[in-house]
Amino acid sequence: MTAPEQELSDLRRATTRRRSDNSAGERTRSRPTRRRAGGIRGRERWAGLLFVGPGLAVLLIFLVVPIGLAFYVSLTRWDGLSSPFGNGAKFTGLQNYRSLLTEDSLTRQNLAVSVRNNFYFVLFVVPIQTMLALFLAVLLNNRFLKGKSYFRTAFYFPSVTSSIAITLVFLFLFQGGGAVNRLLDFVGIRGPNWLADSRGVFHQVLRIFGVDAAPDWAKHEFLNLSWWDWLSGPSIAMCVIIILVIWTTSGTFMLMFLAALQNIPEEVEEASEIDGATQWQRFRLVTLPMLRPALLLVLTLGLIGTWQVFDQIYLTGNNPATITPAYLSYNQSFQNSMFGVGAAISFLQFALIIVLSTIQRRLVGTGEDY
Amino acid sequence: MSARAYSPPWRRTIGYVLLGVFALVYLGPFLIQIATSFKTDTDAANHSLSLVPHPVDLGAWKRIFGYTPNSGVPFGRWLFNSTLVATCITLGRVFLDSLAGYALARLRFPGRKAIFLLVLSVLAVPPVVLLIPRFLVLKELSLYNSYSGMILPICADATGIFLMRQFFVQIPVAVEEAARIDGAGIWRTYWDVVLPLARPGLITLTILSFQGSWNEFSYFLIATSDPKYNTLTTGLAKFSSGSLGSGTQYPVTLGAALLSTIPVAILFFVFQRQFVSGQLSASTKG
Repeated sequence: MTAPEQELSDLRRATTRRRSDNSAGERTRSRPTRRRAGGIRGRERWAGLLFVGPGLAVLLIFLVVPIGLAFYVSLTRWDGLSSPFGNGAKFTGLQNYRSLLTEDSLTRQNLAVSVRNNFYFVLFVVPIQTMLALFLAVLLNNRFLKGKSYFRTAFYFPSVTSSIAITLVFLFLFQGGGAVNRLLDFVGIRGPNWLADSRGVFHQVLRIFGVDAAPDWAKHEFLNLSWWDWLSGPSIAMCVIIILVIWTTSGTFMLMFLAALQNIPEEVEEASEIDGATQWQRFRLVTLPMLRPALLLVLTLGLIGTWQVFDQIYLTGNNPATITPAYLSYNQSFQNSMFGVGAAISFLQFALIIVLSTIQRRLVGTGEDY
Repeated sequence: MSARAYSPPWRRTIGYVLLGVFALVYLGPFLIQIATSFKTDTDAANHSLSLVPHPVDLGAWKRIFGYTPNSGVPFGRWLFNSTLVATCITLGRVFLDSLAGYALARLRFPGRKAIFLLVLSVLAVPPVVLLIPRFLVLKELSLYNSYSGMILPICADATGIFLMRQFFVQIPVAVEEAARIDGAGIWRTYWDVVLPLARPGLITLTILSFQGSWNEFSYFLIATSDPKYNTLTTGLAKFSSGSLGSGTQYPVTLGAALLSTIPVAILFFVFQRQFVSGQLSASTKG
């Protein structure tokens, strides 16, 4: 290409760009560009592939392809030692899924226990962390308080630290003779031996009303677990993880609410103030409806995140009172060398989370972004 | 009429009391952590709530810094591994994610739309179900138990690519046009003109990547089994699950955990604004 030609092509590229790229949308770039997409763009074509290539390769080799491999492994019996594609693994079709879902076995009971644990974990963490985050955000959004940025820093700080480091601190705080029980002593409550206590919270509440053992109807089993055990509530040990996770993640969600609150025009609030609305009415009827998108975002992010809890559970060990599907999948694969079963558990979990995030996309709506 | 007239002092007092109580709840555990690291094992067990070590004991810190032989806490190695791995992953992500993000935002090439859709769908994959898949591929490529195995698979990520793409889309095209008319090639335009403009985005990405890889636990747990590759997170976790059952050694564990928190804490206090904006844009990706 001679110099004038080069200049011409650059100039042309520039003009096409201005017409099509300014609005930055894929959809706006229609016919005018396509006509010119011939030889002139050759260089950009190659550059594009070279630019995106390395990052794309990492995603494909270490993320997309492995998911395929793992799906294959979930259809086999494999011990993790040899190559799963050689003689070490036996192809068994859907056997792993079938035994997890339909056959009486210890693994199925473990899966049921882990799903129960995680369900109660989600049930408590998501609403409480959402309410706490919203409460803190509203508190920090108060126009009359000073030094708010320091408090915001304090509330957000736990969110940026490592889950391992912070879980270790909580394991220390919630020992039998730990700081939390010392605090409870002050108000005259004898705290439980938190992490060693596998009793269900709902069972404990029922005991107060004299229900000590399973009534007859609750002795029937579903997935190798009696209804009585399904309805146990979170174990007291799990409560420690629940408190820990609420404490670490509420800061992040507080930021999201705070960002949304600051987007509410001040006139809206002032108008309702002048109209004589009380503070509570103003919050319920004016602020809350305007926070709806943020609220849905926080709820669904919380829902997806809480079904993946792993690091904290790892530190509490292989304890039936706290195991979750993510931990069970890890444990079956890496501790018991049953990679086929472990992989099958994580695909069941994958399916569950995909369903939840699809619901999120429906509710929150996306697409205007790109 | 000003709305300010409507806030009576007692209401402000309640506000400050609430803020104070919550600040204590959110920072208290860290204070106890600091105090405990200066306690003896017995003091830590018997006076777990006290913020004053009695007696002040440096035993835990001596073990952490290797003054006690055979302490069982190879903190130096963990620190070295965490630093090495987190630095490489951060450099990789900043370089590769911004390149890919630029291509997806500005360059026209075949398959661009498909690749962008792929990046979006990868975003939806929950990290925790990737443990077994990634272990498999590390085994197949003989990268298990190696630094390259810890770094390569996560040295580019969909979140970063998406973040940078959104960032480049917002930069006015006019600047690039001017550079191109002046005869700059695509690489020159990108490196000398666009990247400097994208500095805020790059800083955000650097922080998110460093924080993420420094705190990463589950991936390193399945990528290595040899103790010499332990990072601060995997080393601490394995050390504590081996010894904490007995209820001792808390001063050492909490001290080491404290040290492992410090780099991210410093980063957080220096770049708080970028932390906040990064957190918001990474989680509202949709």
